[in-house]
Amino acid sequence: MTNETTHALAFTPEDLPKGESFLKPHRIVLILFAAALIVAVAVLMRWDWLPRYLPRLGWGILVSMVMLFSTSILGFLLAVPLGLVQVTGPWYLKGLARIFCTVIRGTPLLLQLWLLYYGLGSLFPQFPAIRHSFLWPYLREAWPYGVAALTISFAAYEGEVMRGAFAGVPAGELEAARAYGMSRWTVFRRIWLPRAIHRALPTLNGETVLQLKSTPLVATITVVDVYAVISKVRQETFLTYEPLLLLALIYLCLTGILVIAFRYFENRIPTRGV
Amino acid sequence: MQKEHEVAMAADSIINWSLLSLSAPGWGGVLLQGFLHSIQIAVGGYALGLLLGVGGAFGKLYGGPVTRDLLECYTTIVRAVPELVLILLLYYAGTDLLNQLLGAVGFGAVDISGLMAGIFVIGVVQGAYSTEVLRGAIKAVPAGQIEAARAYGMSPGKVLRRVTLPAMLPYAIPGLANLWLIATKDTALLAVVGFSELTLVTRQAAGATKAYLLFFCAAGALYLALTLVSNIFIGALERHARRGFVEQR
Repeated sequence: MTNETTHALAFTPEDLPKGESFLKPHRIVLILFAAALIVAVAVLMRWDWLPRYLPRLGWGILVSMVMLFSTSILGFLLAVPLGLVQVTGPWYLKGLARIFCTVIRGTPLLLQLWLLYYGLGSLFPQFPAIRHSFLWPYLREAWPYGVAALTISFAAYEGEVMRGAFAGVPAGELEAARAYGMSRWTVFRRIWLPRAIHRALPTLNGETVLQLKSTPLVATITVVDVYAVISKVRQETFLTYEPLLLLALIYLCLTGILVIAFRYFENRIPTRGV
Repeated sequence: MQKEHEVAMAADSIINWSLLSLSAPGWGGVLLQGFLHSIQIAVGGYALGLLLGVGGAFGKLYGGPVTRDLLECYTTIVRAVPELVLILLLYYAGTDLLNQLLGAVGFGAVDISGLMAGIFVIGVVQGAYSTEVLRGAIKAVPAGQIEAARAYGMSPGKVLRRVTLPAMLPYAIPGLANLWLIATKDTALLAVVGFSELTLVTRQAAGATKAYLLFFCAAGALYLALTLVSNIFIGALERHARRGFVEQR
């Protein structure tokens, strides 16, 4: 996916409102209108269930965050070799990486998740070797399948991005590094990888926001993240809109915090002429 | 009996291909029906999204301050909240609102078809994405071309039809193509609200026969085929739209 498309799909640092821009007259009117709407929602809708579920909601948010960061980091670690192999690897690795990216990017994440959870999950118990291994207590849980599916998906999308980033590093820089007598590994570690990550950083951040938007899917395989907690609330209180509105608000805040954090880190990285 | 014997034979092999047969004991026909529903929703939602996107992009670029801010809120919310949550909210809110509206007019409640609701939901989500894609594409059109069209005395509608839309198309097509692929995959999320598109049907078939891997792989192959066929058309379209452009590498 190109940087522009990621930008179109995910909220990015450029979209953050600037402080002084709120003081235009029409915005003040709009903000007052929005405030009236929020007050109406708070007063006219039922929120008495909220205190009872607060601790569980907190846990749910924590689970969502752990899912997001663990799968993003693992996915990125997978994406680096995926991208690198597509740029310099031998033809068979190149082909394998391409097929992997195409298949994962060409099918819905929900389907992959259910394939892993229901498909592999129903296959594993048939093998005594797996049932007696130390992994079995984990394989009976739902979260390893959620982590695996989200990681694989992130790796496939990010692998494409890293391929472009690796290919886009100017050849002269790599040749200069070689001319300094650096070994291939040192060139990769000191020049190629940092430059590629630098180039890919805005897209990487956008993809991480997209990953946050994918995490609630794990609730469909019984992982209790914030989405699952809200579903529970809906079942127990028979309310439709209040829990969903709260959930949307929670995700808005999470995305906002994530994007502000990314902007902070992006600004700390010195950039010249890129 | 002959038939039971055949079933036993088929079960003996590792993969029971007869489960995918098109007629009644097999689930192939049901899967294809679900696939058709998915494509219908994707096409409808994508078209609705494009309409919203063209309106949204022009509103964001040329609209008044209030229009711009409201559209900004729309795209921000859709891009910051997971599709799954939006789909649930829009699904319930959309059908509720329509029924209340009809009730107020005096028509009484109607049963909204899942297909229409699905198209509406996917369309609203896609609308925000295509607003952003089209806005970027319109901004990439050299301002001089639009100014020249205005200087010729063309009305805004004519400028749009003759200059802005055709000139922005080459910039918009890669993004719009990605949005189409996303629309096809987002239809899977409607499984969560119980619409019988490909993913939900697959899960039902898998649950009924316990052949989970077979059915999920078959559905995956269908989705993948849709993506690959789309890619062929997208490639041709892109070449067509970019003719006359300097080839970049």
